[in-house]
Amino acid sequence: MSAETESRIGEWRTAVLRGRAVTAQDADELEEHLREQIADLGAVGLSEREAFLIAVGRLGEVDAVTAEFAREHSDRLWKRLALPRPEEGGRASFITMLVFAIAAAVAIQVARLAAFSPGSAMQVFGDPTERWFVRDLGLFVLPVLAGYLAVVRRMPWRRIAWLAALVAALAIAVNVFPYAPGSATEMLVALHLPVVLWFVVGAAYAAGEVRSSARRMDFLRFTGEWAIYYTLIVLGGGVLTVLTVQVLAPIAPQAIDEVLTWVLPSGGAAGLVVAAWLVEAKKSIVENLAPVLTAIFTPLFAVMLVVAAVGYLVAGIGRAFDRELLTVFDVLMLVVLALVVYGISAREATRSARIMDAIRLAAVVCAIVLDILVLVSMFTRVGEYGWTPNRVAALGLNLVLLANLAGAAWFEAQQLATGAGPFRVERWQTGYLPVFAAWVLAVAVALPPLFGFA
Amino acid sequence: MQFEVYDAGVNIDKDLVAAMATPLVLAILVEGSSYGYAILKRVRELSGGELAWTDGMLYPLLHRLERLGSIRSQWGTSDSGRPRRYYEITPAGREQLAEQRRQWATANRTLGGLWNLAGAEA
Repeated sequence: MSAETESRIGEWRTAVLRGRAVTAQDADELEEHLREQIADLGAVGLSEREAFLIAVGRLGEVDAVTAEFAREHSDRLWKRLALPRPEEGGRASFITMLVFAIAAAVAIQVARLAAFSPGSAMQVFGDPTERWFVRDLGLFVLPVLAGYLAVVRRMPWRRIAWLAALVAALAIAVNVFPYAPGSATEMLVALHLPVVLWFVVGAAYAAGEVRSSARRMDFLRFTGEWAIYYTLIVLGGGVLTVLTVQVLAPIAPQAIDEVLTWVLPSGGAAGLVVAAWLVEAKKSIVENLAPVLTAIFTPLFAVMLVVAAVGYLVAGIGRAFDRELLTVFDVLMLVVLALVVYGISAREATRSARIMDAIRLAAVVCAIVLDILVLVSMFTRVGEYGWTPNRVAALGLNLVLLANLAGAAWFEAQQLATGAGPFRVERWQTGYLPVFAAWVLAVAVALPPLFGFA
Repeated sequence: MQFEVYDAGVNIDKDLVAAMATPLVLAILVEGSSYGYAILKRVRELSGGELAWTDGMLYPLLHRLERLGSIRSQWGTSDSGRPRRYYEITPAGREQLAEQRRQWATANRTLGGLWNLAGAEA
């Protein structure tokens, strides 16, 4: 058959395989049928193109056929949701995960016990605790997660050593800073250090190949999927905790606090590793879920952003501006950024790609307009407020996000105009990752000295 | 089961096609083991092109019959060397077909008697 027909058969097969109850063997069977039909129709004088169209038509609507497969093989839909069976490599991967999950749980408990200090004013789980416990929270667990990924991904030893040295330098830096009591920069370090460490996790996930655009995109997908799994684990943990408290209350009310102090931090830390393991073990489920969530929420956010942009343009910002508003806009832009990034993966899954592109572009443009309004209002009044560490951190993040979204809008618009694939949007996002990493690193290690650890 | 008649000369009711599908497939497999495309071709041939259903729907039906134990399947290769799945009727399938045949014969006799009578009167 001609190359054109082959490629059309390939496309058709991909569409059939998108039905989750359809296995590769089913697709083989259907493809064989299609080929035979094309050959027979060709034998009675039809052109290959005509024969393909008629043969596909006779096989029926792909959606209807795959739905029928799903009705007959509904068990297959569920099998994919079940946990992987611990066979062959599966058992080893499970044990590795367990070892690191326990290590994370132990690390957080050791830190918690070491940070116990009767004189401290800060309370964690009802116990007076040193301030460094909260500041270094990420340092206790995220390096363990990075270690787990480095092992699973067979990261070369030299790269592991470099990464470990980087984490050690970071840990020393943020802990030798002489923070003033009630210091704002210390709070900023506590907020930004986990993000810096998340980039370390990303380097481990990419097995050190941090320059590869494809690996970076994998890391972005991993981040989204991991967040979904971790949220699910936290929800399950919440139910478990509530029931535990209810069950213990009548017989041992004095033990509740004790149990919770041991179970909650351990569970939360171990869950980080379990979620990473689930992402790798069960890739296919969430790869189906993340695009669906993105597809649902992109139009909703687009409507909200258009309304907000028009509203602010008409009403003006007025004196409403403060740091909280800037933080709200930081979060909003992060969400829009997530919609853009996960929209790239969603693009192949949704058929009305161009409509979604347009909606996404509208959302991005409105977010930019809104943000510029807020920024202009802020800069006209910056003299009144003066610079504080919090304001620098919020404003800097805002500018970093704004530049990212401006680039995203530019490439989305080009994509819409030329009908090209999401390749350039993807390249822009993966290329921008170091900017984010540099910014959070700067806030964590450069901002405190600049502001005299205030 | 969802069967659609797409280019049949006589518009046969969907439910009737669905009811016929199982005995038809089993009866064709009694003639010898076969594969999806050949089964459909045989259906067209037997009905003179008047009975046809959406081709893709045959496969879930075959898989269901296999699950129920009426037929069994085996992978072989076609003349062109591509993988092809052959279906073969089992003893249980033959029994099922015999039972269905009795039912269809009864239905046929009942309606046939009535319609022959009506035809004679007209």
